[in-house]
Amino acid sequence: MKLSIYRYDPDKDEKPYMKDYDVQLEHSDRMLLDALVKVKVMDDTISFRRSCREGVCGSDAVNINGKNGLACITKIVDLPDHVTIRPLPGMPVIRDLIVDMTQFFKQYDSIKPYVVNHDAPPERERLQSPVEREELNGLYECILCACCSTSCPSFWWNPDKFVGPAGLLQAYRFIADSRDQETAARLDNLEDPYRLFRCHTIMNCVDVCPKHLNPTRAIGKIKELMVKRTV
Amino acid sequence: MSLQVRRFDAIVVGAGGSGMRASLELARAGLKTAVLTKVFPTRSHTVAAQGGIAAPLANSTEDNWHWHMYDTVKGSDYLGDQDAIEYMCRRANEVVVELEHMGMPFDRLENGKIYQRPFGGHTQDYGSAKMAMRSCAAADRTGHAMLHTLYQQNVRTNTQFFVEWMALDLIRDPQDGAVLGVTALEMETGEVVLFQAKATLLATGGSGRIFYASTNAFINTGDGLGMAARAGFPLEDMEFYQFHPTGVYGAGVLITEGVRGEGGYLLNKDGERFMERYAPNAKDLASRDVVSRAMTTEIKEGRGCGPDKDHVMLKLDHLGPEVINHRLPGIREISIKFANADPVRDLVPVVPTVHYQMGGIPANYMGRVVIPEGNNHESIVPAFYAIGECACVSVHGANRLGTNSLLDLVVFGKSSGEQMIKDIRALPTPHRNLPKDAGEYTRSRLARLDANAAGERVVDVLTDLRRTMQAHCGVFRFPDDLIEGVKKIKVIAERAGRTFISDKSKVFNTARVEALELDNLVETAMSTIVSAEARKESRGAQARADFPNRDDKNWMKHTLWYKEGNRLAYKPVHLKPMTVESFEPKVRTY
Repeated sequence: MKLSIYRYDPDKDEKPYMKDYDVQLEHSDRMLLDALVKVKVMDDTISFRRSCREGVCGSDAVNINGKNGLACITKIVDLPDHVTIRPLPGMPVIRDLIVDMTQFFKQYDSIKPYVVNHDAPPERERLQSPVEREELNGLYECILCACCSTSCPSFWWNPDKFVGPAGLLQAYRFIADSRDQETAARLDNLEDPYRLFRCHTIMNCVDVCPKHLNPTRAIGKIKELMVKRTV
Repeated sequence: MSLQVRRFDAIVVGAGGSGMRASLELARAGLKTAVLTKVFPTRSHTVAAQGGIAAPLANSTEDNWHWHMYDTVKGSDYLGDQDAIEYMCRRANEVVVELEHMGMPFDRLENGKIYQRPFGGHTQDYGSAKMAMRSCAAADRTGHAMLHTLYQQNVRTNTQFFVEWMALDLIRDPQDGAVLGVTALEMETGEVVLFQAKATLLATGGSGRIFYASTNAFINTGDGLGMAARAGFPLEDMEFYQFHPTGVYGAGVLITEGVRGEGGYLLNKDGERFMERYAPNAKDLASRDVVSRAMTTEIKEGRGCGPDKDHVMLKLDHLGPEVINHRLPGIREISIKFANADPVRDLVPVVPTVHYQMGGIPANYMGRVVIPEGNNHESIVPAFYAIGECACVSVHGANRLGTNSLLDLVVFGKSSGEQMIKDIRALPTPHRNLPKDAGEYTRSRLARLDANAAGERVVDVLTDLRRTMQAHCGVFRFPDDLIEGVKKIKVIAERAGRTFISDKSKVFNTARVEALELDNLVETAMSTIVSAEARKESRGAQARADFPNRDDKNWMKHTLWYKEGNRLAYKPVHLKPMTVESFEPKVRTY
């Protein structure tokens, strides 16, 4: 298969360029990450992040033929013969396919991503019914790969002000948790023309999420709660 | 030119489950702590753990820590230290309840308590035929739920992370051998800094990448083990490497034992549920070493599946879509992606796959590193701690039970944090003086990689290393293979000293990182195969064709491997628990 890969090393390159590689696939090469690893065997100067190679660590998010995804669970058979791989859009490139994710994690931190409960902890677990627990499904599974936020035009424009789909999905994960007591403060924290309301339901986030999560729906639920408390 | 020095009270190397549980303890105590991690914390391999974390909460079946302790001792094939095992099992409920309080999204029972499922080797009433429901689970994503919860708590405490910094070497005080800190490489800039501290904790995880077929992530390269070995510390019980029964055939990706806890089972080519022959009571929920050997035997005797008869099948379809979608959604996803098999209707091809390293840096149950000195088998190394998969406490002995690894991470993460706080507060305020040549060794390693324009390609050496370990140190081990394997790994180790990289860039040079990781893999592979060759018995994960039985008279002892001269020493197993009676070695059947 033929891969065109975005290359840029600020140590030696004046500007980024695309480099083509012909990769001889073997029977055991199933996923795009297998092909990328083959490229690195040919050319050790190419840099990309990877770890679990099974879609749970979120390291190898890249832009594949224009669409964000995880290289490790993108099947080669589902791709055309010629594949273009670029770094995630809208983020500063450190080198090759490696982007600076500082802003993305800043937004994640800003939603206070932890359960807050002011009652003295009981001796045993806090009780939560299966129905209450069900509320967390589709939210807690996020792997922070940033496929969603970096496919969102609103996040491209305002990465410092708009929390972005990943951060907002997690904001709702804690609002939805029956053990958390800070819903009001969490809503206050998002009551702002940018932080939440820059979502224009373009839904690129839903389209690209490798874990099939739905940030747009979570954002909608936060907006509903905002409306509810004003009436 | 000397390295820049940054000073902290404590350094934690690694931000997986154990490292972040320890850093949480340190940050809450207000100590100035640096957590160095070569990947962003939620990328650590704890994230891939699936089936659950053990704790005798007794939410569904009667249970208590005594039974859990018995199962762990028996599972370890009596090589585990019984005081450490008692300590872990007694603290299990406490640390799991704490995780729940932190917000970990466990599945729930109708009464609102944490959902628990059966797991291999976990029984009721000291090994009776009744299985205990002891594995606390968040669907089949328990590691992900736990790792993210711990990261979130560290966000809350404002823990100082050094993300994408790779620790390279330990700095020791030549006077008393104390550990004074580490050198580390900032990947983004290529800069090397010396991190100095009053307490240094290694929580760097395992080294499953020494084998060709492994469930482990790319990052599991035994970094802490390599650092410890190069600094003169021994590695304990490295011959015991666990093969997980159910890696996806051809891909190596893990399928949790939880699928068998939920009622799945294994079939050979005749459609026979063969585990009934090998473990009449526990059947498919016998402990992992037993199931992996049974599968390998089936394959060897011609009852494997597929055109090459080289794997067996996992049957789940009888569980129904409800259970599969609700309790095992991640497994369904993995099977479809990596095996082209939807477990709702298809059998999933599986094969025993390298998974977990029982051995590691010798440490006690407070995380303190202990080494032989004079007549003392376990003299405490000042200011040096190790926990998690890179440590050997030893709670897993010769074979770990499923769900005890996540437990190990949080119990010893917490206890080591507590111990470090105590030790740091007892020390005088200023840091010790660093030796004059501190960091020189690291610089010479990097200078070699910068200078070499030709030599061995990193990827070639790595591939040969992994293929050699796979062929010579597998589920069943043969004397000639082991002897030959030791020779081959020695040659590979020499080649690793002549590696070169064409990438000389300072910026995010992953070729350099992989070359440095290779040095760590070489130490782990060498310690594993040398220790395996020397142990003339079969116990837990070590199954030798020439010594098929356990030999308590001669081999009820821990191995210690030293890098220098490939020297081996041995030390006694702690047979005496903290408060209860010892569990005497028995023949191990399931």
